[in-house]
Amino acid sequence: MRGFGAVAVVVIAMALVPFLGVSNVTLNFLIIALMIALAGQGWNVLGGYGGQYSFGHAAFFGTGAYVTAVLQVLYGVDAWIAFGLGIAGGALIGAIVGGLTFRSGLRGSYFALVTLAFAEVLRILSSVAPVTGAGVGILVKLDLRPAAMQFESRAGFYWMILALVAVALTVTQIIERSRFGVWLIAVRENEDAAAALGVNATAIKVIAMVISGAITAAAGCFYVQYFLFIDSGLAYGTWISIEALLTPIIGGVGTVFGPLLGALVVRALGEGAQRITGGEAPGLDLVVYGCVLVLIVGFAPRGLMGGLSQLRSRLWHPARAVKVHHG
Amino acid sequence: MLSPAILTAAVVNGLLTGAVYALIALGLTLVYGVLHIINFAHGALLTAAMFAAYFAYRLLGIDPYLAVVLLAPAFFCIGYALQRFVIGPASHGDDRNMLLVTLGLAVVIENALLFAFRADTRTLDLPYALSGVDLGFTFLPLPRLIGFVTVFVVTLALWLMMSATDTGRAIRAVAKEKLGAELAGIDVAHIYAVTFGLGTACVAIAACLLIPSYYVNPNAGNAFVLVAFTIVVLGGMGSVPGALIGGLVIGVVESLSSLFLGESLGQIGIFLLFIAVLLVRPSGLFGARA
Repeated sequence: MRGFGAVAVVVIAMALVPFLGVSNVTLNFLIIALMIALAGQGWNVLGGYGGQYSFGHAAFFGTGAYVTAVLQVLYGVDAWIAFGLGIAGGALIGAIVGGLTFRSGLRGSYFALVTLAFAEVLRILSSVAPVTGAGVGILVKLDLRPAAMQFESRAGFYWMILALVAVALTVTQIIERSRFGVWLIAVRENEDAAAALGVNATAIKVIAMVISGAITAAAGCFYVQYFLFIDSGLAYGTWISIEALLTPIIGGVGTVFGPLLGALVVRALGEGAQRITGGEAPGLDLVVYGCVLVLIVGFAPRGLMGGLSQLRSRLWHPARAVKVHHG
Repeated sequence: MLSPAILTAAVVNGLLTGAVYALIALGLTLVYGVLHIINFAHGALLTAAMFAAYFAYRLLGIDPYLAVVLLAPAFFCIGYALQRFVIGPASHGDDRNMLLVTLGLAVVIENALLFAFRADTRTLDLPYALSGVDLGFTFLPLPRLIGFVTVFVVTLALWLMMSATDTGRAIRAVAKEKLGAELAGIDVAHIYAVTFGLGTACVAIAACLLIPSYYVNPNAGNAFVLVAFTIVVLGGMGSVPGALIGGLVIGVVESLSSLFLGESLGQIGIFLLFIAVLLVRPSGLFGARA
């Protein structure tokens, strides 16, 4: 139960932040970091535990965002129901893409490519289809009531995204401890061996992709509720595919808290880069992200969580430190 | 009904564009054939080369076709250095890491260009850009005609290099059996870097061929590379003739589908073809196996 306790402690501690009298700018920073963390938690289920590196998680984020926005604006569906259906939409895309690619046996480079292509197809379709507002995008009506899933204060949004992140953390923790999680990790480590031992690798990967898609779609749904606007570039653009994979890799792939830690660090670095140049530097934050990605892969393949656990074991068992976790 | 003249014109234009696609795909397939990873930085490198060709003309007055002689070796060195000193060491021989590192490089190069040159779109006005050959039923713009011929010359040169030189033999040996090549005394890290350098040089040549008739902005390379991915998958990963034929086919498909469906849906045609080929026959039309 230690894992669940850690989740509870982290979430409760973070829930107290708005009471510390932090500014709206800080709260806004945390909201966006948590939203990216949520998208990254989705990626982490498939990429971190399952070893399937998707370069197109925008497909899920964008679908969640568009389903929420279109249902509310065009069909007058209740915001909370639209939110739920947005998540279901992400899961459905996960089932379709996962079913098609994994059944054809696509792995590694091919899988990365095909996910990227799916996200691009959706981006182009949403930039021409009338239902998604084509090139103009969709504006959601301002209605600051919790019933409409919009809040007067930033703190309301903060608690909402924190609650979503808490659910995702719990889901990840459950996966890590379940039989399914063990199968998933077995597939990551050696798919052929896992299959030879009777694990239905294809089914396991498809299920992981459905869960992954649902979690990342939730981040897209939240994006719409928070910014009240979505267009094809925001929904299906490469920015979110990159941030969704960057956060777990920086924080620690295949760890429960990796995406959360990674998102906070990544966002702080990006913010810092913009601050230094006075905000007049398009692209500089992404240059920083790219460099961090290369450096982390090169020098700390297990991310910041890996670094932390190495540090901890070095402090507690100095003699054994040399042998800790390799590969 | 469309007249045969318009159709023929679309096909011929598609072939001309397809040749340049083929060259970009050639670089991609070469790297895949040897390193067994997709180089996600290919598009960013193409954009960088297009900027280099643009400024070579603007600042130094070097004609893009002459710039090939400078930029191809320069980008060979850049590619060599990237693989030898960044991608190779940072990925610890793990394929997934290699993908991530090339993706990271793509993000860095693209956004560094955005930071330096902003999102402005730039074009060159060359005196010969609008001249060309009139075939009666269609007009062939000179820059694209030169591009078409150059691609075949480059492919021939590459093929000669691969089949007749020691380096070429070493590259083929590493592609086939890395461990065996290593035991035979081939420096695999060096061959990897040479291959990556060759792939990058292909992109530099393609950039010089594109810049007289195309524009450049920090995203310019992406459109081509997504097409190049499709070609490489269609032609079979690692197959050189596959890349050539695939490039020509895709050029024609794109030209025809934008004739019938319009510009943005024409692009979708390519992606759907891409996904379909990946799902149905991931080894491509010319590849031996996935």
